[in-house]
Formats: sequence, C-alpha cells, structure tokens
Amino acid sequence: MSSTILKSSKFSVVAIAQAIAQNWGTLKPYFLAAPQAIALAVFLVFPILLIGVVSFWEFNGFSMTPAFTLANYKSIFSSTVTLRTYLNTFKFVAMVWLATLLIGYPVAYFLSFHVNRLKWQVLLFLICTIPFWTSNIIRMISWVPLLGKEGLVNQLLMGIGLIDAPLEFLLYSDFAVVLGMVHLYIIFMIAPIFNSLMRIDRTLITAAEDMGASGFEVFKEIVLPLSAPGIAIGSIFIVTLVMGEFITVRLMGGGQAASIGKLIQTQIGSLQYPLAAANAMILLIVTLMLVFSILRVVNIRKEL
Amino acid sequence: MQKRSLSFYLLAAFFGLFVLFLYGPMITIFILSLQGPDGTLTFPIRSFGFYWLGQVFQEQRVGNFVEPFQRSVVLGAIVTVLVASMATLSAMAFRQKFRGSTGFFYLTISALIVPSILISLGLGIMFQVFGWSTNWTTSGLGAHLTWTLPVAFLIMLGIFNRFNPSYEEAAKDLGANDPKAFWEIVLPLILPSLIGVSLLTFTLSYDEFTRTSLVSGQYNTLPLEIFGMTTNVTSPALYALGTLTTLFSFTMIIIAYLTVSRLNRRQQG
Repeated sequence: MSSTILKSSKFSVVAIAQAIAQNWGTLKPYFLAAPQAIALAVFLVFPILLIGVVSFWEFNGFSMTPAFTLANYKSIFSSTVTLRTYLNTFKFVAMVWLATLLIGYPVAYFLSFHVNRLKWQVLLFLICTIPFWTSNIIRMISWVPLLGKEGLVNQLLMGIGLIDAPLEFLLYSDFAVVLGMVHLYIIFMIAPIFNSLMRIDRTLITAAEDMGASGFEVFKEIVLPLSAPGIAIGSIFIVTLVMGEFITVRLMGGGQAASIGKLIQTQIGSLQYPLAAANAMILLIVTLMLVFSILRVVNIRKEL
Repeated sequence: MQKRSLSFYLLAAFFGLFVLFLYGPMITIFILSLQGPDGTLTFPIRSFGFYWLGQVFQEQRVGNFVEPFQRSVVLGAIVTVLVASMATLSAMAFRQKFRGSTGFFYLTISALIVPSILISLGLGIMFQVFGWSTNWTTSGLGAHLTWTLPVAFLIMLGIFNRFNPSYEEAAKDLGANDPKAFWEIVLPLILPSLIGVSLLTFTLSYDEFTRTSLVSGQYNTLPLEIFGMTTNVTSPALYALGTLTTLFSFTMIIIAYLTVSRLNRRQQG
C-alpha cells in the first residue's frame, strides 16, 4: 500500500519534472523571479494585509483581541487632533515637494544641459548621490551645530550685525523639519528629472532654435513637457516619503511638530496596535490617492 | 573652446551652493569632532585634536557601540548576499517578456514607496500576532529587505539592459546549459557591476533606520544606537562617532565605484 503511494508520488514527481523541462523556456522567468516575489510577499504584502485586518480588532488597554469593530476608524474620524495632524502632514508634503522641485530641477538641468562631457556628468551626479548612501540620522544631527541657538548661522548673523538675538525658528521648528527632509530626500527628485532630461533628443532643440524659438520658448515647449514624467516620478517619491515621515519630525521638529507618521509611532509606543493600524490604513489610502492623482496628470509609462 | 552663456554661470553657481548644502552639515560635524578635550557641541573651536575620536572607544562616553556595529555589519552582510542573488535572478527573468512581469515590477517598486512606517508597523503586528519576538536577525532582516531589494533590482535591471546577450547565446549554441552559461559567461561579465551593487546594498542596510526602528527587538543596530545617543550624549563624542561611521560608509561607496570602474576598464582593455 505504502509502496504504491510512494511509487505514484515518485511517478508524479518525475512527471512534474518532465513537464517543467519541456516548458522550461516559458517557466524560467517565474523560477528566477520567485525568490524576490516570495521575500516581498512575506515581508511587504502580508504585513500590510495584516495591518488591514488588525485595524478592525479591539484594544482593551494592554493587548489586542480579534474582533470586527469600526471603533478605531470612528475615533480617528471624530478626532480634531487627527484632522489637524493630517493638515500639518499635507503642509509638510506641499512645502517639501515645492522646495525639492525648485532646487532639484535647476540642478538636474545644469547637469544634463550645461555639462558637456559625459565623464563630468557622471562624476557630478555621483557627488549628488553619495550622501544618499550614508546615515540619515547623522545627516540630521549634523544640522544641530549649524542651526542651533548658539549655532554657526546665528553666530554669523549676529557677528555681522544683522540680528540682535539668535533666531529661534532655525532648529526644532517646522522650518527645520522641511529643511531636514529636503536635505534627505532631494536626490529622489533630482535623479528621475535628470534621467528624463538626458533622454531628450538634442536635435529637437536645435530644430526649435533654427526656427527662431527663444531660450525660454525652447524650455517651455520642449524641455518642460518632455521632462514632465521625470517630475512626476520624483513627486511620487517625495509625496510617499514625506507622508509617512516620523524621524525628521521627531529629531528636527522638537516636541511640537506633528505628522501622521509620528502619531502612528506614538500609538505603537503605547502598544495601541489596532488604532495605529487604522491610522496606517487611512495613511496608505490617502498616499495612494495622491499617487494616482499624479499619475492621472502625467503619463509615466514611457519612462519605465 | 565654446563661449559659455550667462545661464551656465548662474546655474553652475546654483549647483555649487547645492553641493555646499548637501555636504556642509557633514563637514561641520567632521570639524567639530576634531576638537581637544575642552570641545563643546558648537563653535567656536578652542583647540584641535583627536581627543573625541579616541573617546568614542571609551564605553562610559557614548555607551557601547561596538556590539551594535558588529550587528549592523553582520546584518548588512546577510542582506547583501540575499539581495544580490535575488535581484540578479529577477533582473535576468526580465530579459524575456513574461505574463505578470508588470505586476512584479510594480510590487517591487511599491516596496520602495510604501510609507516606511507601514513596513515597520506591519512587521511588528505580524510578529505580535504570531507570538514571535522581534529581533534584528528576523524582523529587522525583513525590514532591510523591503528597502534594499527594490533599489538593487532597479540597478540590476539597468545593468542587464546594457548587457550584450550574444556571448551567452554563443555559449548555448555550443551546448552549454543555463546554469553553465550563467557561471561561465554571464556572471564573469556582470561581476564588476554585481560587486558595486553589493557594496551599495551593504551601505544602505548598514545605515537603515526608519524601517528597522520599531522592529529591531532587544538588540539595537548601530543607527538605532546612535539615535538613542542623540538624547543623552551631549559631548562631541557623538559627532566623532557620526564622523567615523560616515567615513566607513564613504569608504564602502568609494570602493564600490572604484571596483566597478577598474574591472570595467580591465574587461574593455
């Protein structure tokens, strides 16, 4: 009995192996992509699905229990604190987005249109990317001796007599949060814009100039529309990064600054997992809505 | 020599200011970590010296950072091996069209753009629900994978885009099977890029903070330890530690770029 089962299972293993061998050409990519897909399923998709499930659970003051309750969501929507925190988060998103775009675009433009040698383009671009690979924490701590009450900026401004008392808003303020985030994330705006600017066919510009277009017209009619997908990709990165931010807000914002990420982190700290999960689901939905509205405005498929 | 326009000089100056903005703060703490024993957290500097760099290794000054450093290196090494193999394989899968490839691509990208607090919270909840305790080698490893995999995958895609498949096809025409063609043709050709990707993955993991912050369990990795120090270390020793770990990352990045360019040149030559 058992030997027949063994035989038939052995047979089926052989059969499966043969089927795989025959269809190896079509099956190969699936085998190659499987490890990464499994890793992402286990550590990304499943945890986020669990957040969705747990957001309906109950919290009894010290632990969570399976249930189906809308209480977590109700308490979020009925709280003006949450609403104000969201508004504050949107404010950070808008300011960081605008700043990274206004600083990042000229940088990318300079690299792609004014630096002529490829070797220099690569080198200067690498200089822009190197800080990205180093520690975020250290990069934020580094601002303290510059911006603090007795920091270098205040010392300089007071030294040349521009101000009498140190500027307090430089550190532990909304200004510091935005500055810190721009510093940390601007490469995510520069890289996609640089990429799309590099792809613009230079003969288009020559043609436009030959037809009598001014420098500004060339920029408005050719360069800007063709780099829009890069701006869109950069904007998606910035929006998603800033929406969930809590480290910069914590380190650079002092006690007062609030963001939805920091709120969730505080709730996790007090083990209120269901409430944190409900907040995280809303954060995810809001973030996805922002991403899709960016995708509606600009078609990025050509870039991928 | 072509004449430069005014906009060139304006943009060049802007670019220079931007680089100053990027590196200025870092340079500040490098300088502040090179103070004598009378050094403080701010300027002006009274005396120069290596006092604080030495103090980093005195336990009572900054707490024990040696073990967190070892953990970060071990974790970085594990992450690097896993990510380099997975990203190479999946980027190779993308050399042919297959059903589901778009979905797979978006899945990978979403790992990069999902707000990082969700990864941390999700992993925390997953371990809580299953009754496992979080640890830097399990939940921490998972958090690092979600951050490093998409970056490495995107770079590997770019590498295989520029990869000339004719050598591999020739090997197959001569009777090599897939594994043999990979080990003898593909791997040697992509090796310099693979080393570069590995070192960059290692630095990303070594410096990762946000995603690991809530799920590292009892034992901290180095960035988490440093974060803890920001509240209770009030001497330049903090800057000295920051300087040392940043120099460590810089070394990795520079080795990465040098390896790639040198091996590339050797293969061309």
